[in-house]
Formats: sequence, C-alpha cells, structure tokens
Amino acid sequence: MKSRSTLIQTIVVCFVLCSIALGQDLASFEKRTTVKKLANGLTIIICERPEAPVFSFFTHMDAGSVQDPMGKTGLAHMFEHMAFKGTDTIGTRDYAGEKVALAKVEDAYAAYIAERDKPVDRDEKKLAQLEQAWKDAIAAADKFSAAYNNEFGKIVEGEGGEGMNAFTDLDETGYHYSFPINRLELWAYLESERFLHPVMRQFYKERNVVIEERRLRTDSNPIGRLLEQFTEEAFAAHPYHRPTIGWISDLNSFSATDAQKFFDKYYVPSNMVVTVVGDVKVSQAMPIVEKYFSRIAARPKPDTATTTEPPQNSERSVVLHEQSQPLYLEGYHRPDYRSADDQVYDAIADLMSNGRTSRLYRALVRDKQIASDSAGFTGLPGNKYPHLFAFYAFPIPGHKPQEMAAAIHAEIERLKKEDISDEELKMIKTRAKANLIRSLGSNEGLAFALSLNQARYDDWRELFRSVDRIDKVTKADIRRVANQTFVPDNRTVGIIEFAGGPPGPGAVPQGGGQ
Amino acid sequence: MKRAFFSFSVLALFLFICFFSGNAQLWAQAPTWQQIPIPKLPEFHPPQPKRIELPNGMVVFLQEDHELPTIDGTARIRGGERSVPANKTGLIDVYGEVWRTGGTKTQTGDQLDDYLEQRAAKVETGGGVDSTTLSWSCLKDDFNDVFRVFEDLLKNPEFRADKIGIAQKGLYDAISRRNDDPGQIAGREAAKLVYGANNPYARVPEYATVAAITRQDLVEWHGRYVHPNNIILGVVGDFDSAKMEARLRDAFASWPKGQAANDPEIKPEPAKPGYYEIDKTDVNQSNIHMVALGITRKNPDYFATSVFNEAFGGGFSSRLFGDIRTTKGLAYAVGGGVAAGWDHPGMLRLTVSTKSKTTIESIQALDEEITDLGKRPINDEEIKRAKDSILNSFVFRFDSPAKVLQEKMAYEFYGYPLDFLENFQKGIEKVTKEDVARVAAKYIHREQMSVLVVGNVNEFDKPLSALGTVTKLDITIPAPPPGLVPEQGDHP
Repeated sequence: MKSRSTLIQTIVVCFVLCSIALGQDLASFEKRTTVKKLANGLTIIICERPEAPVFSFFTHMDAGSVQDPMGKTGLAHMFEHMAFKGTDTIGTRDYAGEKVALAKVEDAYAAYIAERDKPVDRDEKKLAQLEQAWKDAIAAADKFSAAYNNEFGKIVEGEGGEGMNAFTDLDETGYHYSFPINRLELWAYLESERFLHPVMRQFYKERNVVIEERRLRTDSNPIGRLLEQFTEEAFAAHPYHRPTIGWISDLNSFSATDAQKFFDKYYVPSNMVVTVVGDVKVSQAMPIVEKYFSRIAARPKPDTATTTEPPQNSERSVVLHEQSQPLYLEGYHRPDYRSADDQVYDAIADLMSNGRTSRLYRALVRDKQIASDSAGFTGLPGNKYPHLFAFYAFPIPGHKPQEMAAAIHAEIERLKKEDISDEELKMIKTRAKANLIRSLGSNEGLAFALSLNQARYDDWRELFRSVDRIDKVTKADIRRVANQTFVPDNRTVGIIEFAGGPPGPGAVPQGGGQ
Repeated sequence: MKRAFFSFSVLALFLFICFFSGNAQLWAQAPTWQQIPIPKLPEFHPPQPKRIELPNGMVVFLQEDHELPTIDGTARIRGGERSVPANKTGLIDVYGEVWRTGGTKTQTGDQLDDYLEQRAAKVETGGGVDSTTLSWSCLKDDFNDVFRVFEDLLKNPEFRADKIGIAQKGLYDAISRRNDDPGQIAGREAAKLVYGANNPYARVPEYATVAAITRQDLVEWHGRYVHPNNIILGVVGDFDSAKMEARLRDAFASWPKGQAANDPEIKPEPAKPGYYEIDKTDVNQSNIHMVALGITRKNPDYFATSVFNEAFGGGFSSRLFGDIRTTKGLAYAVGGGVAAGWDHPGMLRLTVSTKSKTTIESIQALDEEITDLGKRPINDEEIKRAKDSILNSFVFRFDSPAKVLQEKMAYEFYGYPLDFLENFQKGIEKVTKEDVARVAAKYIHREQMSVLVVGNVNEFDKPLSALGTVTKLDITIPAPPPGLVPEQGDHP
C-alpha cells in the first residue's frame, strides 16, 4: 500500500519532468504505445515492455468520491469494494435465485431504514422486527454465495495474480494487479466481466468492513482525525470537504441499491481508461482486449458539474487537543491541475521539500533544529479540482506548533521577496528529468501513469510533455505564484496540540519533557 | 526509525485514499472463465548477476540492465543493531544517518548534498538489525562523480558532531511519538512478548540510550565493521560488466582485510503465554496480535509453512480473510502466519483490528480458526489454490534484473545457496496436504501464544479477563535525563 501512495505522490504531486530526456524517451514510447478508443467510448492503451513474461494493468475510472451523492458519502469507495464480490457467474452458481433473494434484502432494508429514520413516532418494537427481517433476508441471500466466498480474488490469486488491489480517492477509482503473460486473455475476461455484471452481494457485511477501515485510518489515528477536520474546514462548497471513506451516519445508511445506481451512472465506458504494460505484442493483444471490453454497452456520460469553491477571504483554523504529540499543517487554495501554473507549484514543492538541500529541511531541521521533518506538497486532498498547496512540520520535543508556523512563514516570505538561485532552478529541472527516467522502469508504474495522463489530458504523452512546461518555469514565475497563493486570507491551519496523557488513575503523560 | 523525506505528505495523501485491501471452498463446476485458454508461459531465464570475490574477501555482484540510463549500487556491511550494547540502543539509527550527513574528511555532508542534488543523484546510508548499508543511485553519465562520493564515504567518513546532535534530536522526537498510533504500539509490544523486552530483536531506543551515544562510538563502529571482507556490493544498471569490474577492482582490490564481523548469540526470551492489555482511550478499534516464535528459512518445514500461510492467513483467498472479514464483517485488516527469518526465528503472528465492542468476539473468532485446523484441516482444494498462487506468481520474484540481484545478495549475506530460489520452487511443488497438516500441528499452539490487545478497554464487549489472566502492560515512555529535552511548558 505504501508503494502505491509513493507512486501517486511521484506522479500526482511531483509532476515534474524535464526536456533533456524527452525526445528520446517519447520517441521510444511512441513506437511501443498504442491507444484505441472503442465504439462504446472506452479507451485502451497497450504499451510493449518486453523485459519479462509478465504484464500489469491499470483500470482508471474517472469517478471518485467527489461524485458521492449528498447523504451518501463513501459510496464510490464502497462500490470499489463491491467490485471484488464477483459477477453473475463468479461467486454463485444460481444467480437467478440469488437475484430474487438480494432484491428481498433491499426491500427489507428499505423498510428498516424508513422506520429507523422516522423523525417522530418511531416504533421500537416494529424497528426490531424490521431489523430481524432484514438480517433474515441477508442470511437467505448469503446461501447462494457462501460456498463461493471471494471467488473473484481466488481466481486471480490462484492464477498467479500479483498485487491485486484497488483504491478510491476524491478524483478517481483505480483497479490494478499483474499476471504472468499467458493469462492476458483470462485477465481481459475477468476485468471486463467485473464491470459488465457486478453483483451487490454481501453488501452489508462489506459495509461493516469499510466502517472498520474508517476506524483504522481516521477514528483511531490522530493524524487521520486532523486531516478530516482540516479538509472539512478548508473547503466550504466543493465536495473536497467530504472524506472518501465517508461519514459514519452515511456508511450506516446507504444501500446496495445506492451502490448499483452509482455504478450505473458513473461506471460508463467513456469514463474508463484501461492500460496494459508488459511483454505483449500490440498486434496480438489489442484484438483480445478489444473483444472483451467492447462488450460493455455505451451509456451516456454523466453530469459531473460540481460547485466551484469560492475564494477564501479569511484565515481558518482547526485545533485538535489530543493525547498525541503536536503537529502543524497549513494549506492554501490553488487552481486545478490544468492551470498554466501547475508546474510552477511543482517547482515550489520540489524546492521547499525535496531532500536535504530543500529549504524547509535546511531551515527547520538543520539550522533552527525545531522540527524532525518539514515539507510542502501539492495535491491535497486531490488535484482534479482546485485544491490545496500544504506545508507541515513535526515539532521536536520542547517546541510548539506556533514556532513551526513562524519558521514556515519566514521561508514563504523569502520565496515571495527573493528570486531563487540559478543553482536551485537548475536542480529542480535536473531532478525532474531524473525522476521521469526512474519512473519508466516498472510495468505497474507505467500502467498507472499512462492511464492517468490519458484520463486527465486525453493524451498519455502529457507524461513527457509536461517537461516543456517545467523547463519554462522562471524565477519570476515562482515569486509571482508564491505572492498570489501564500497569503493569510487564503490559509487554513490545522494543529494537533498535546493535551496531556489519558485521564484516569495511574495515567502518566506520554510525551517527552514532563 | 529511519526517517524519510516526504513522510508526512505520503501519509497525508495516503489517508485520503481508501484501498480495498489492508493486508486477503472453491469453484466446483466450470464457469466460463475456466474455458479461456492459458498457453504455456514462455521459457524465461532472467539475467544472472556476475559474482566476483576480490582477494580481500569483498564480494561483488554485477547485474547489467540497459533499459534505462541509470546505475545503482548498494554495499551491505555485516554487523547491525543486534551487536550494539543495550545501554547504547539506537546506535545504528544514529550511525546510519550521520555516516552520510556527517560528510567525509574533505567534504561536509552539506557540501555532498549540494554536489549530489545538482546531479539528481543519491548517496545514502542506513542500518538495521544485522547490517548497515551505503548505496548510490545516479544517471549513468554521472557515475564517476557519484561513485567518488560513495568510495570516499566508505573509507573516510567524518561523523561531524553537529549532525550527531540533529540525528539524536530526530530520535528523541520518534521516541516521544511512539505511543501515538495504536498499530505501532501493538507491533512493537508484540515483538517484545515474543523475543523479550530487552532482546536485541525487540528493544527500542530510549532517551537515555540515545543520549549516551558519542562520536567515538560511531568512529569505533565504522573501524570495527567496515572492512572489505564484511562487504557485499551489488551494482545494477546501464554499464559494461568488464569495465565496471575493472573500476571496482581499482577502487577496492588494495583495501586490506580487517576483523571479520561476528554475529552475537541471541536467545529469545518469550513472555509467559497469556493475555496482555494496553489501554488507549482515544481509539475506537482494538489491535489484536496473537504471537509466538516462528521459524527460519533454513528449517525444512519452510516450504510447507509457506503453503500453510498462504491458505490460512495470506491473502484474499485465505481462511482468515474469508471467515473473519468477508463472512463475519469483523475487520478490515486480518491475517497472519508463521514468519520465517533469514538467520533467526521470525514471529508467528495472527492479527485482527476490530471495533472495541467486538474485541473479545474477534479473539474468539481467531481461536475458532485455530481449533478448526484440527477438526477441518486445510483441504485439497485449499492446498491446490495456495500452491498455484505461489507457483503461478513465481515469475514475479525475478521479473526485473534488480530483483534477481537483491535475491542473490540476500543469499550471499545469510549463507544460503545461490540457487535457493530455484529450490524453493521445487520445495513448494512437493508439499502435500499431510505436510501442511503436520506443520500446522507443529507450530500453531494456541496455549503457547501471547495475546496482546491495544484498545479502549472500557468499551470492550467483555473484559479481557473473561478469557484468562490479564497482564496490563505499562508503555509509559521513560523520562529523559534532566536537561536533555526542553520542557513542553503549559500542559499539566
């Protein structure tokens, strides 16, 4: 999982590339990479990389938790879990019977929820009966699938699938794994079936699994709690204020019917980019992939209009008083990834954060010695829509979040008032070139990057072309963007304050310095 | 303990991403997927690195890979944290940082930073329980520039005092934060139950042990361990092996041998089996770890336990995933197995994270899975699926030249035959249902396990004591020596 997030950071956050390598690399990829848009709107990319007899794929679905309906946060992620539950033939041997049983579960659940959520005159006895009826219906439906639990995953793993997983973020949903090359056709079948005939079986048990995921990542983790509150504060209007994992009351309310509706609306072929990278010949592979994925019927592109976040005109902050050690975080609104200044922000992130030559490391960790780690990064909480450029610092024992703020602001002021040096600008551009080169050596990484660039720009070549843009970044650009972005009224601050150890007899403060 | 740049931004972005899997009966009739032809996988002979042993004992592996214009190398040096005296615990963390940040006799670490970053190159150091590492990564055109730094750091490190202070402060910070995350607490404390709280495989740095580390300690460590006969160097990338060999011989052949590293004899001192509890009032989920000693890869049972692990707790298809996550909906993260260490026993560990009010229920669910192993042994279909999974995905263990190199370096380091991987495949193929039942009976003894629960005790479904005698663990961080760390100030 870690590698995935590092990968995403590499691609999304440090979208920094350089021109020296461009000609040669792009030419090589032009020869090896083929794009085909099917009649149903689905895009297939095949990239030949004959290093070993394996391939990786990445299915990019241009729908994320920004598309969650009101009152149903967490639904995009919930569907992602359901995409592992099999199909009408994988996961059951009697779908006709199961279908009827699942419909009964939905009826029973709707009746239960209607009673549960009555504003007045809720009948507790009736509620208990309805809950039991719902659970009985689940037990009846489970009989059709219990013997074939996780059959989809079992097929993939048994056939040698490696790294099977998926993720949902605010901007999109991604599915990925790798197979030995002799399973290409099997994969094309499985991956297309999953989006042709998804079945919302075992939905309410999986919902409990997702709620445990929320407890793990957010509720029981102080940084998770901070980030949820922080993002909610920073975005007032745009759906970026909502957590991908979902609010608990929504998780306890939405239904399998809701998930099916989400699928019907957003999982349309024109929202899908499927990329295969590995030891394939496009002349052999394309007909196979096309044969299976063209079975998905065209559906209209959904309306994806969202509220545009209005300008922030006052500083905001959230302060969490926790049993854990302090942390300082601040974020500034910036435009989306299509902005002409996108690479300027990347250059700033690189300058402020990358390695021991970075300005924040040198100021806060090396010279002032008040933080163990400090950096700035872009892409919080997503980047498809206007989002945040954020800075953070972890104070070392004896130092306070407010000192972090002052030290970070001093570095920001320097950025606004003084041109960066020639050496720094050169370093940023050289590093961009090297990062690009290093990112081209894995099937998984390439499948993700090609899919993402194709989905975002309608052209995978942007992976290489953004090189030109970073190469054009000037010292004046950096000052201009810093001056227009990093201003107090555009700032949201998030702080964890250490509030002492847990209460109760025998409790001892857990921090250093007591 | 090694801190990475960007760690928070990775974490921050990570927290906005929800993954399907936190860690992972069979088809009877033939559905359509089974009708899809699976051709034979083409013969594949991954490139093998060239092994060279210099007269001074240094072992070099050269692995050409011409796909990208980069050259990367890693020197792994024998000797690590397990050889450090207990009162200096954390020495290798400090050494692994300051070896690089402290610079060389002629260049400060800061000068190296500027020099390398202008080339988008890295030279980094680190350390672990049994070894330390010095590695580089560069574009091939910069190889000579970067290798010079590598060689200088290997032979002439300076360990400047200002950087020791920064490394120590970083460790104080890590110590102060170590009880903030319940998963981290559970992992750390479970290891102490298995190996013993003061055992080198489980102990952790404290303020006092880090404060006791001096520049002299780092200099002495380097002098004691960094000799060619203790080093395995692996190089992968876009170079010509003959030329690279000449270059490395030129750099290292005249380096004299030194004292060989000796690995200390370390005996695990497991805690008494039973229930252990850590109360954490700011969480709503319990981290449950059932633990005992595992095995090493040299154990002939390694192959059978690998198949057992895959079937029992190793993925989407495993029993624990199917029963506790899918069927019971008790957890997002569940799994485990008998881990095999390279040169000392790994941990047998089963874990589940569940809401506070199903804590006892989840422990009992794990108990039931263990009991079931006797009544309902891993069956033919499960064995087949587990073996298929391992064997069909075998190619991913060597699908890049860098992976092949890493495997060979590990075998060399731990004294395994260099064809261990090929033998592993044969070993797995031979595993039978009886073998799996035998290793399950041999290693999975519920009454010999320690059960650790980190959670919000007052919210449990039942007190943990309903299951047996409970020992409450105190994880209070020992206070720093006076004056070491400034006062936090305004908190009670």
